[in-house]
Amino acid sequence: MRRLVLWLPLAVFVVFVIAVTFSLRSPADTDIRSRMIGKPMPDFELRPAVASHPALAAADLRSGKPRLVNVFASWCVPCKAEAPQLMELKRRGVPIDGVAVRDRSEDVVAFLAEWGDPFERIGADPESRVQFALGSSGVPETFVIDGKGVIRLQHIGDIRPENVAEILAAYEAAK
Amino acid sequence: MSPSLRGAQRRGNPAGPGRRLGLLRFARNDGLAVALLLLAAPALAQSSLPPSRYAYTQLEDPRQEARAKALMETLRCLVCQGQSIADSDADMAGDMRALVRERIKSGEEPEAIRRWLVDRYGAWVSYRPPVEPLTWPLWAAPMLLVALGLFLARGRFRRKAR
Repeated sequence: MRRLVLWLPLAVFVVFVIAVTFSLRSPADTDIRSRMIGKPMPDFELRPAVASHPALAAADLRSGKPRLVNVFASWCVPCKAEAPQLMELKRRGVPIDGVAVRDRSEDVVAFLAEWGDPFERIGADPESRVQFALGSSGVPETFVIDGKGVIRLQHIGDIRPENVAEILAAYEAAK
Repeated sequence: MSPSLRGAQRRGNPAGPGRRLGLLRFARNDGLAVALLLLAAPALAQSSLPPSRYAYTQLEDPRQEARAKALMETLRCLVCQGQSIADSDADMAGDMRALVRERIKSGEEPEAIRRWLVDRYGAWVSYRPPVEPLTWPLWAAPMLLVALGLFLARGRFRRKAR
């Protein structure tokens, strides 16, 4: 018994080394998922981000038909990378609204002119309040909202070409 | 190879006719590197909007500010994971501080604000882990370790007493 106890610290150390090795090999998932999936969109009413598009309010997302809400910013580089995919979703008939986080109107105008404009409505979220209410932890993020205003899907990060099918499927399922 | 690295190598040259040239070159390249560094934009994307009103401004009432500060120190920054929002200069942390201060100002309880955030981001956003089945080992570990330590110490004292 006492000899076994003597080996105990070494055994604990070996277990520790194995655990560290394994967690080093598989990098941790640093995405923070929203807990709002399956819950109704929190109430909000944003001002228009640009003159050319109407503003966005939670009521606009209870229109009876599913919509996409894209949380973006003109200062965010991955938002430029996902622009072609958003345009593709728009081409396939998906209505997309935007929430421009901490952005200036003239910057949004320039961003849309350069990278394409997939949006029907764009609300300005200058203090990230809607972003917090949604449980979103960065830009870009895309949410699928069903016709009753319930959040169905959160896509974290830029939409890559391989993600378009998944988002389309969630949109169809929300109908 | 970066200019400054190249300079550093030249600097290591033995004394001789080339030495002065090397030093001069080092100085020039170093200046270039510094100029480039100054020109370079920070890698972390930050917006061009000024910070929210209460991001860097304390509340007028010191008691409310103290409560807000205590809460902010136990809330985790979402983009700079590993820092509290009180410590972070990220835009999003600033907006979270503004959110906390404004809600405290309007009379909301700190724990209600924490709950509001946990409802959205999960227990992750709070530095105070909840007591739930998943975290039982976390809470039990210190007690178990102290118990183990007492047990080991008892064995040693017994042996000495003999």
